Amino acid sequence: MGRFHRHDDGTVHEHDHEDSHDHSHGEHGDHGHASAADSEHGDHSAYETGTERVEVLERIFGENDLAAAENRTAFDAAGVTVVNLMSSPGAGKTSILERTLEHLQSAGTRAGVVEGDIETSIDADRLAGFGAQISLLNTGDGFGGECHLDAPMVRRALDRLDLDTLDLLMIENVGNLVCPAEFDVGAHRSVMVYSLTEGEEKPLKYPVMFRSCELVLLNKVDLVPYLDADPALFAENLRRVNPTARVIEVSARTGQGLEEWYAWLAEAGVTTVTEGEPVGSGA
Amino acid sequence: MHELSLCRSIAQIADRARQGRPVAAVHLRVGQLRQVVPETLVYCWGLVTDDGPLAGSRLEVESVPVVLDCRACGETTRVAHVLVLTCAACGSGDIELRTGEEFLVTSLDLGPPADEPAPTPTPTLREQEA
Repeated sequence: MGRFHRHDDGTVHEHDHEDSHDHSHGEHGDHGHASAADSEHGDHSAYETGTERVEVLERIFGENDLAAAENRTAFDAAGVTVVNLMSSPGAGKTSILERTLEHLQSAGTRAGVVEGDIETSIDADRLAGFGAQISLLNTGDGFGGECHLDAPMVRRALDRLDLDTLDLLMIENVGNLVCPAEFDVGAHRSVMVYSLTEGEEKPLKYPVMFRSCELVLLNKVDLVPYLDADPALFAENLRRVNPTARVIEVSARTGQGLEEWYAWLAEAGVTTVTEGEPVGSGA
Repeated sequence: MHELSLCRSIAQIADRARQGRPVAAVHLRVGQLRQVVPETLVYCWGLVTDDGPLAGSRLEVESVPVVLDCRACGETTRVAHVLVLTCAACGSGDIELRTGEEFLVTSLDLGPPADEPAPTPTPTLREQEA
């Protein structure tokens, strides 16, 4: 991948063309400018005169990460453990949450859910009736709906929850294997639901998402007899991008493996947080 | 997919930093692990800045390769393929990222202050094929 330019003729293309820049290209054609090179490629005077380069060096996720830190502070002050639950659409987040809320209710754990959904309340409706506080967060305002929850959105959802009366808050992120991994929402723990029907190779295709979590609930394992899918191959691919993530094989339909997930949840607030790599708070 | 909201953040940063002056270009540094499509980012930049003080400014993306430190063998290598984060020397996946997650506004190219003649505006993104 090269560096993309928009030129005055309106075209965008990779930066492998000859121009006044002089920097070395890597073996794959992509090049990281060392920061020392900045001043040297800073001269676009050929088609732009009278401009002055001003250094900014501000992280684009800075504002989100600040809001995430504030969320975390609010969670800690209220003594709530917060779990960010991510997956692609249809992996079974809501089904697992239904089961989980039912369990938490019987276990006497006071639970809340921030339900991220682009437009509807379908998922939030499914989760009603288990004694949990539910805050629906439709992300559909603006340009057709956000693909993720960010920290300011979650902060707005908190207005509709009484954090002080909660032990555990589950954030059901928008179903998407790309964007949610980029945005720190302030959760203490990050968990993915992944269904076997999605194919074993996805950790290699979406490494950022699979690196961002510490636990993968491998759902729909009741389908193993009917599929060519191989849970062991999935686990191996996951290890290649995230060697420390744990896998629990579950079936929201049959209940298989869910006890192990509940046990993990019960520990989630007390064990030392071994976070994945929340990319949103990276460099 | 979230380029639009990223552009809003970038626009806020640029607007705060521009000292009231016209902006010709905004320079970003984006690590290759960032799941950002540069063309989409540039396209969204046009939408987000369309009617504001940043209208007509260019977004310039500097791509940073993924470099990692291997905990198994101690080597620092650049990954051959961003989708497989393993040590290029020994193949271990037990690694620590050194670069590749950058996502920064690095600098702005500013025109003269408003009371001086402004430079010829560059074409807006609408003129480019999306």
